Amino acid sequence: MGDFIQSLKPYHLDVLKEIGNIGAGHAATALSQLLNKTIDMSVPAVRIASFHDLPEQVGGAETKVAAIFLRIDGEAPGSMFFISTIENAEKLTRHLTNNDTFQLEVPPFGEMGVSAFLEAGNILAGSYLSSLADFTGLTLHPSVPGFSVDMAGAIVSYGLIPLSQAGDYAIVVDTHITELNEEKNPISGQFFLLPDPDSFAKIFEALGVSVNG
Amino acid sequence: MGDVIKVGMADLNVVTPPNTIRTSGLGSCVGVVIYDDINLVAGMAHVMLPNSTLSRQEMTNVAKFADTAIPALLVELEKLGAKKYSLKAKIAGGAQMFSFTTGSSDFMKIGPRNVEAVKETLRDLRIPLLSEDVGGKSGRTIEFNPRSKCLHIRTVNQGTKEI
Repeated sequence: MGDFIQSLKPYHLDVLKEIGNIGAGHAATALSQLLNKTIDMSVPAVRIASFHDLPEQVGGAETKVAAIFLRIDGEAPGSMFFISTIENAEKLTRHLTNNDTFQLEVPPFGEMGVSAFLEAGNILAGSYLSSLADFTGLTLHPSVPGFSVDMAGAIVSYGLIPLSQAGDYAIVVDTHITELNEEKNPISGQFFLLPDPDSFAKIFEALGVSVNG
Repeated sequence: MGDVIKVGMADLNVVTPPNTIRTSGLGSCVGVVIYDDINLVAGMAHVMLPNSTLSRQEMTNVAKFADTAIPALLVELEKLGAKKYSLKAKIAGGAQMFSFTTGSSDFMKIGPRNVEAVKETLRDLRIPLLSEDVGGKSGRTIEFNPRSKCLHIRTVNQGTKEI
């Protein structure tokens, strides 16, 4: 993987950026329809991060976050996270369920709320993935999503297991989506796409960019 | 007051009083503490995977695997004057952060496999495991004090404890 990372050219990273752009763009549209609000997305960032640095990119290893995790099965396997702050996940869920008492500070969490948040994450990740599958022509299936409220480091490290067998670095396609026209605490979240080591070659190949070119 | 030595993911380090040693956000990973009961030196490894045979590249980071991190930690401890016969171990971590009804690959069960591999390596090296806080569904941050020999464990949903 180390050699592989060194062989990456700027245009490879541009391809991954475009993937983040298309995926999160569709996810933002889906969330916008779900909430009937205007949702904006950031310019995607593609980063090559060491395992030491990665937890810092979600606000620190010990930061408490709400996360949806799913595995991507198919021709280009990988892991995907939708991560948001506790405040944001509560706000999104309250909006979806019309239940203003839903909280994620102290367990047990309301079953209906968790289910709604999970479903929202599922829709967002699903639209991200299906646009990615359309764009690349690769077959990609999302697994049943998992939900966790815990330390960011503990959550993100889970998605690093397949990568850790090949090296100490992850290529992260990172995109934020945020509610527009909301000054105070807008609904927002972060998508993390972590392709498995063997998936990069397949993604590049599918898009007509050779890895060794 | 001493400093807090930090150990990152797939990393290891050693400590002497008055400093303490800490690793944050253990999920399915296992934090292994090995300390010298008499000479007051301690080491910690943040293990990600059970076995170095899982590695698909030439070994670059011994701290990542249970079977290589623990021997490497012993070498570092002996440099600080630790004696093999007075070594003890405490471990924490190996949680299952997400539960899936339909499991795809077996890496989802990596937490329990890490714990088992750590215990097996400790057994092979004849280092007594004095206490453990493993499994469950919560992430952990752990800090070890080589003087008091206490391992402090913090979780976000289950409070804190010392083992």
